[in-house]
Amino acid sequence: MSSTLLSGNEAVARGAWEAGASVGIGYPGTPSTQALEVFARMEGVYAEWAPNEKVALEVAAGASMGGARAFVTMKHVGMNVAADPLFTLAYTGVGAGLVVFVADDPGMHSSQNEQDSRNWGPFARVPVLEPADSSEAREFTRAAFEMSEHFDIPVIVRSTTRLSHSKGVVEVTRDRISTEPREYLKDIGKWVMMPAMARARRRSLDERLRQMSEFVEDSQLNRIEMRDSTLGIVTSGVCYQYVREALPDASVFKLGISFPLPEEALAAFAAQVDRLVVVEEADAYLASHLRSLGLDPEPVGLQPVGLPAAGELSPGIIARALGAEAPATRDSVSGLPPRPPLMCPGCPHRGAYNALRKVKAIVTGDIGCYTLGALAPLASMDSCVCMGASVGMAHGMRLAGQGSDRPVAAVIGDSTFAHSGVTGLIDLAYNGSDALVCILDNRITAMTGHQQNPVSGMTLQGRPTTEIDLEALCRSVGVRRVRTVDPHDLAAAEQAVREEVAADELSVIIFRAPCALLIKEKEQPYAVDEESCTACGLCIRLGCPAISTGEDGKARIDAMICVGCGDCVQVCRFSAIELTGPACDIGGV
Amino acid sequence: MTLPTVTVMLAGVGGQGTILAADVLAKTAVAAGLDVKLSEVHGMAQRGGSVDTVVRFGHSVASPITDHGCADHLVAFEMIEAARQLPFVKPGGRLLVNSRTIDPLPVLIGDLAPPTGVEEALVAEGAIFIDAEELACEAGSPKSANIVLLGALSTGLEFPLDLWMEVIGGRVPPATVEFNLRAFELGRRACGEGGACLV
Repeated sequence: MSSTLLSGNEAVARGAWEAGASVGIGYPGTPSTQALEVFARMEGVYAEWAPNEKVALEVAAGASMGGARAFVTMKHVGMNVAADPLFTLAYTGVGAGLVVFVADDPGMHSSQNEQDSRNWGPFARVPVLEPADSSEAREFTRAAFEMSEHFDIPVIVRSTTRLSHSKGVVEVTRDRISTEPREYLKDIGKWVMMPAMARARRRSLDERLRQMSEFVEDSQLNRIEMRDSTLGIVTSGVCYQYVREALPDASVFKLGISFPLPEEALAAFAAQVDRLVVVEEADAYLASHLRSLGLDPEPVGLQPVGLPAAGELSPGIIARALGAEAPATRDSVSGLPPRPPLMCPGCPHRGAYNALRKVKAIVTGDIGCYTLGALAPLASMDSCVCMGASVGMAHGMRLAGQGSDRPVAAVIGDSTFAHSGVTGLIDLAYNGSDALVCILDNRITAMTGHQQNPVSGMTLQGRPTTEIDLEALCRSVGVRRVRTVDPHDLAAAEQAVREEVAADELSVIIFRAPCALLIKEKEQPYAVDEESCTACGLCIRLGCPAISTGEDGKARIDAMICVGCGDCVQVCRFSAIELTGPACDIGGV
Repeated sequence: MTLPTVTVMLAGVGGQGTILAADVLAKTAVAAGLDVKLSEVHGMAQRGGSVDTVVRFGHSVASPITDHGCADHLVAFEMIEAARQLPFVKPGGRLLVNSRTIDPLPVLIGDLAPPTGVEEALVAEGAIFIDAEELACEAGSPKSANIVLLGALSTGLEFPLDLWMEVIGGRVPPATVEFNLRAFELGRRACGEGGACLV
């Protein structure tokens, strides 16, 4: 054994590897992404990015059926996509161990909603484990594989942002459980879920759940810490750490398994404490289950325990909710401007939005860096709901009669299009929509930190592979007007958009240029010639973080961060933007 | 023996290298035999948004995150973020600020006026200022400004110099080791013993 500093995601990957998982499949999504990236770099594993989470779980189901321990990763919203196979895999059970790692995002640091993946436990009837730090992330993932095989069931390991992205000290071992695949034995009663077989497996699932409910009463993954009995806290996951920090004297029932719940042990704990309080983020999952057991935790989200119903908790929030005084703080400085995330200097999406803004398009948006196009000054996106939604929503806007005075366009990234935009495009072609679909192909899954995808020509483990021919794909589903432009050629991009919104049939424009962060050799930065600049503000309206307005109203370019993409040169009508030298030489810092 | 937990917050803007700096700090604490928790947020926040990272170390550390009034040190990579995270710093905590302002986009595009009184407020709170980019350029690359700030932080922590050097050497890209070590030294020298700032 040796100790090392690992994030929750890294530790989950480590646990899966030690447990002998030999196949890993996922779809990137903050805060889950590094789990599969780290797993993919380990010895003796096969790992791949699937186009979406449903496919990932199905590949894992096949691997499990075929006798290999399989590890699946996704963020919380990905579980919605994977829910279809998940529910039925609870019926079939597994061949070799099948573990689904899902990372929730309370507080929505990088997500469009705050759903609580613990609910999949009772909904799909699968066990849910909740590690509370990196050390447990490794240990629980190992345990999840054991449980999966012992109870013949897929097991969910649930994380949150603060577990996935926090690092802690972990004891790891080089020992790995055998990865030899088990023998495959044909068994249609187990694997073919036609009604007659499914009914039998439903009864089997109830029996397996009964066995799991017995198991959790004594499992070492749950832990009762009796201290002062005046206050008893029931908690799980990273909230346990906050409770320990905030209320070091309180008794704690730390749940490591949040489905099924150890009902008898919880009742015994409740009987031993004067006040029973549940501390949890996202949904009141534990509180409502405790209530259904006839236990009576003090209400959450209401006085006297003022825990917020939404967002993240912290030790301070918990301490104050239970009556502690807030520590002395320094005064905050008022009037600070917010700092929203923004598109990088040189981002190719800027050119696409510049063109869509010129035609005053109503733009249905999607999930990726380009979602930032909704913010000023581009302010060129009207919606963002879920992966792939932009395409169907553009069609729906047209059905509602929109598009006569302002054209309707969808924007979707390359990876998002492969994830679930293709089916939307099929719908638009099949049903004769005349919307414009813009595929912003930056050759990578950028927002989650540069993952390969079916459009990029490279696999997760660095093997060159086939890449989707987006033009041919769009044509093959029935789109006749398909064209490709370089978004950094602003005039060409604008012309393409003008022509395609004028067309009376479905069009696809593929804006193709690599993510600015993929380009390692930066071009020479630009500078503004103060004499030529008329302070017209056109370059400022591109929303490039390298360009700012000086006190005289004239533009300035920060040579430290300018990558020399030249977009601003094209919008300047006074030839006031010109090349310059490297940052340190010209005093750009 | 129970050591009190030390909480360091590193605040900056996506792309400034706060996460690498936090990682070096956390690894140094591990190398010193301490329990460590580090909390960072990736994803959307990295695209030029505010990025704050917390490193906590001591005998036994529970929470990876901290609260207002609980940080012993704030290392701010930029002045607006220093002011934004000020409430996290304990009264009596150490406030180390890179004397640079990165205007957020609403200011760059003229939608919002630049904030006033930020530097004055930081001065009033006893901030120690350091020009990290200038020292980084002196060390060999403006990109090592994060390591300059770590060097400045190091004078307020009790880890030995060779431990820092060893961790930096093993953590930054091999081609950049030399100027990052130089950047660390320059930051350390700029914030000499007792926390006085000489730049």
